[in-house]
Amino acid sequence: MDVLARYEPLVDDYAAFRAACDQPLPHLVRVNTIKADRGSVLAALEESGVRWEPVPWNDHLLEFETDSPGLTWPYFLGWIHGQEAVSALPGTVLDPDPGTRVWDACAAPGSKASHLAQLMADEGLLVANDDNLGRLAPLRTNLDRLGVTCAAVTNQDARYYSLQPFGFEAFDAALVDAPCSGEGTIRKNPDALDDWSPGFLDSIAGVQTGILRRAIQATRQGGAVVYSTCTFAPEENEAVLDRVLETEPCRLVDIEVPIDTDPGITEWDGQTFDETVERARRIWPHRNDTGGFFVAKFEVIE
Amino acid sequence: MTTPEHKRFDRLPASDAERDNPKQATRVEVLEWWETRFGIPPATFKEYTFWEKGTGKVWLLHGEVPSPCPIEALGLHCLRTRQEHWKPTTNAVQRFGQAATRNRIHLDLRQAKVFVEGQDVEIEWDGDWGYLIATTDIADRSVVLGVGLYTYGELKSQIPKGRRVAIE
Repeated sequence: MDVLARYEPLVDDYAAFRAACDQPLPHLVRVNTIKADRGSVLAALEESGVRWEPVPWNDHLLEFETDSPGLTWPYFLGWIHGQEAVSALPGTVLDPDPGTRVWDACAAPGSKASHLAQLMADEGLLVANDDNLGRLAPLRTNLDRLGVTCAAVTNQDARYYSLQPFGFEAFDAALVDAPCSGEGTIRKNPDALDDWSPGFLDSIAGVQTGILRRAIQATRQGGAVVYSTCTFAPEENEAVLDRVLETEPCRLVDIEVPIDTDPGITEWDGQTFDETVERARRIWPHRNDTGGFFVAKFEVIE
Repeated sequence: MTTPEHKRFDRLPASDAERDNPKQATRVEVLEWWETRFGIPPATFKEYTFWEKGTGKVWLLHGEVPSPCPIEALGLHCLRTRQEHWKPTTNAVQRFGQAATRNRIHLDLRQAKVFVEGQDVEIEWDGDWGYLIATTDIADRSVVLGVGLYTYGELKSQIPKGRRVAIE
């Protein structure tokens, strides 16, 4: 089945979209400001003869002209972390303050969690959770190499998350970077769509809705919750937002994303969604030479 | 039901007066050790709390949570206190070792590459034997690579297997 053909009506330039999905992704790294600054990283790369290009919309991202950023001094020293461009969006949109309590509900393998930690100036409490025990090892390895000291790692089902170990009632902010069908990772994993089925979309959407509901409930009034996926499927994106808007005390807010995006869609497959889902952003691979992505931001009310 | 010790984090007692378990290190001892061994001032860790999970595995957290805390990981694993000679972790010295003024051994770039591959480095050293902070110069700046164990004219690399790398 040609899964991506479903999205022809949603995309401005369908041929460019399909062509982009067949191209490999650029190699990007994020400067880890917990251990280094951009100047030190650039000086070390220059000394080693590693070539790089700036990423115009984010000073902390660099595009490497090497296939092996892991074999450089800055990587060994934990000054940089390999991170796809769109993977830096949830942190940028949530933008947590230093000293706050932040929940990353689905944190492994830790790219977004370590980005949150650096935005918090490594100060406060970042609770990095994942329900998959096998994925905690890479999560911990990444947080350790990057020198993160403000994180607590937990292993719970995020849908029924208990804050009991921490002795407080609510987080100031939360990120739900939900498990998803991963359609937007096709440039990195050419077999990403092999197991795709409508049945899988139904079941994963139930999980996504459950985690997002719990995140809204576990965040204080006035706090922010970001929802993101790396998929195009409206069943996993706008439809999830729509269900949560109906039952939880929250509203979607406008977000500024520094790249070219489309608004969320209000109709799909005979269904209509709450009009405010337009405040979410869809990121198509051909528009900024990235993976595919979806991101939305809620404010918790009452 | 109480959580078994190896599955929970207990905050280190502040000092000897508050210590029930004689095997447990205290906060005062940990701060004194960093200062005595490496010259890292105690003020460096003013905003950090220290925790133990299992015996002699010390972690540091930039923040506070209730003790005991039954979770998977808390902050950064920084120190092993089980043996007579305490051993700092690679990740802790990379994060805090820049402030070290003692027991800090400089490697040239060739030695540094050997060291981060996990191999031992033959090198003269007229200071203390034991765990040293290994540094090198990258782009004219002294940077901390990790921990080495110095004995008999040799610095044994303590870079953990998963962190070893052959720099190109």
